[in-house]
Amino acid sequence: MLIIKNLHAEVEEKQILKGINLQVNKGEVHAIMGPNGSGKSSLASVLAGRETFHVTQGEVKFHDKDLLDMSPEDRAREGLFLAFQYPIEIPGVSNVNFLKTALAEIRGYRGLPPLDAKEFLRLSREKQKLVEFDAQLVNRSLNEGFSGGEKKRNEIFQLAMLEPSLSILDETDSGLDIDALRIVSQGVNKLRSKDNAFIIITHYQRLLEYIVPDFVHVLYNGRIVRSGTKELALELEEKGYDWLKEEAREKAETI
Amino acid sequence: MGNDNEIIDNIANKEYEFGFVTDIEMDILPAGLNEDTIRYISEKKKEPEWLLEWRLKGFQAFRKQKLPEWQNFTLPPIDFQKISYYAAPRNKKKYNSLDEVDPELLATFEKLGIPLSEQKALAGVAVDAVFDSISVATTYKDKLKELGIIFCSFGEAVQEHPELVKKYVGSVVPHSDNIFAALNAAVFSDGSFVYIPKGVRCPMELSTYFRINTENTGQFERTLIIADEGSYVSYLEGCTAPMRDENQLHAAVVELIALGNAEIKYSTVQNWYPGDKDGKGGIYNFVTKRGICKGDNAKISWTQVETGSAITWKYPSVILQGDNSIGEFYSVAVTRNRQIADTGTKMHHIGRNTRSRIISKGISAGEGQNSYRGLVQVGPKADEARNFTQCDSLLIGDRCGAHTFPYIESKNNTATVEHEATTSKIGEDQIFYLNARGIDSEKAVALIINGYVREVLNQLPMEFAVEAQKLLSITLEGSVG
Repeated sequence: MLIIKNLHAEVEEKQILKGINLQVNKGEVHAIMGPNGSGKSSLASVLAGRETFHVTQGEVKFHDKDLLDMSPEDRAREGLFLAFQYPIEIPGVSNVNFLKTALAEIRGYRGLPPLDAKEFLRLSREKQKLVEFDAQLVNRSLNEGFSGGEKKRNEIFQLAMLEPSLSILDETDSGLDIDALRIVSQGVNKLRSKDNAFIIITHYQRLLEYIVPDFVHVLYNGRIVRSGTKELALELEEKGYDWLKEEAREKAETI
Repeated sequence: MGNDNEIIDNIANKEYEFGFVTDIEMDILPAGLNEDTIRYISEKKKEPEWLLEWRLKGFQAFRKQKLPEWQNFTLPPIDFQKISYYAAPRNKKKYNSLDEVDPELLATFEKLGIPLSEQKALAGVAVDAVFDSISVATTYKDKLKELGIIFCSFGEAVQEHPELVKKYVGSVVPHSDNIFAALNAAVFSDGSFVYIPKGVRCPMELSTYFRINTENTGQFERTLIIADEGSYVSYLEGCTAPMRDENQLHAAVVELIALGNAEIKYSTVQNWYPGDKDGKGGIYNFVTKRGICKGDNAKISWTQVETGSAITWKYPSVILQGDNSIGEFYSVAVTRNRQIADTGTKMHHIGRNTRSRIISKGISAGEGQNSYRGLVQVGPKADEARNFTQCDSLLIGDRCGAHTFPYIESKNNTATVEHEATTSKIGEDQIFYLNARGIDSEKAVALIINGYVREVLNQLPMEFAVEAQKLLSITLEGSVG
């Protein structure tokens, strides 16, 4: 579904991704871990198409199409979803109107007519229930005055509504208390299927107790320095990142 | 910042949709302004002596007054002698039916989306169409007459209802109010007149459509609306003009009188030609609009959507004289390219327990300058008066400006006056967030703008809310690349 080859990117002329290789297939959940400043969130931004990030080398195929060639909105329409680390507030735009527009755009791209009011309402109710999202928040202005936890849950609610094939969760667990973490994780687990895939970016192992990944990758200094299964996450929890940093440094020296 | 620059460029490149000129034979008074000009206009309109005298008093007041200097922009020099003060389509006397109206004129209004034949007209909306200096046609006049409602051109009202005109004209905006109001008193040519009798709820929207066509003319119309006790009327005006390199002056006066328990809702969708992207040409929209809640429990509500004009300069106001009377002002003002808006309202609380509400939403793009200027005045007898003001500014790009000048004068310590103001910018982060959900940048901006102005557009009659929304999206179309 997603193939990243030798991806290099910079922001404000500073190299932040230095050759990422990653393949994600349908039905898989990949966790990307790493210390602060290792490039995790940058990778998410590059994939979603944020303008301030410039790809200098490498390629990304998404459903066999050149992802880097697409506008951010086309990436979303192709089935890519980024759950933002810091969801922005948009006063005056109601959550429900925003979702209606987004869903209509994505359906339109695929040649489908927009859902009528009744169908939309039914879908919205069903998904609210699935991800335990407060019905009152649905009718409020987009993220305006939401607590940190409510914003993150709104991201998961949007994910449920838009049914993307690939979802990237950018530190969705940061700033969540244990109950919110549970609700968010349960939501994701319910949405997991053999046809979609997830990339979960996180600093801590905690989230992975709830959402069990198939693969774990450690990102350090703009590169994936180690990949493994869920046991790798446990090892990281125990030993921290320092031993990997050390290892990466030695490797760099020998090269 | 790539996005923002494209925003500005695209907005700048958007063409004005109503810039065509109607080629029709006109009677045009040569440019110039003196007593003879005024006598000519008055005679042309076969006015009674008292009205001529009133005009001449206005002219004297005009000559004594100086152009204001307090506004938040540099007023370009205006040569009042270079303007023609009367231009009317050449035709015989009065039109008795639409069949007699020049087809070219009907086609003009049709092109503007204002069909004047009642079969084609928007159901539930009666229209008075003003072309340069005169009213071309008024629809549904007879139907309204059955209810005792008078809806006609100002000129017609002078002939047929002189007692009403004499009683109320200049009673809210005196002939000497300000220099442009004085000029209007002297040379006003036509406009709309509305009278709603006691206890009548006007069953349809009344609407006037103003069109400036002829070069080097000014449009000086006068609108007078009287809602007698316990009556209700909703009135709407719309305006457009051809694209020209010269500036044209539009100095109108609107007077509203709401007697006890009456309600007047006055809505404006203003789309005069704004000038080109370098600020060349465009209409100077210098208008005096004021209403008085004369009786107890009266209500006047102004709603304006201002997207056009090179300079918009007006403060639709309410004098809250009757006890428990209510004044409202809802405004969306858009400035882009080199457009300037200095607009707001004045609420004069005189009666007890009077209430006012002001919601102003400014949108600035390109190099547009948008100022909100408002006065809330509470008199010594206005016990328990209340005002709420909310004044928001939205900026698109970083070359535009938003300014707020709220004035509060209270002489009564039982009054409550609240003022809230915000300034925000459509951020790239907001647009990217919407992009990441499959919404392209243009739709994203429209979504944000519509959310921003919703509170004001909700005040417009249904049909016009849709029109206004369309106009806003056209005005700001191509806002992002």
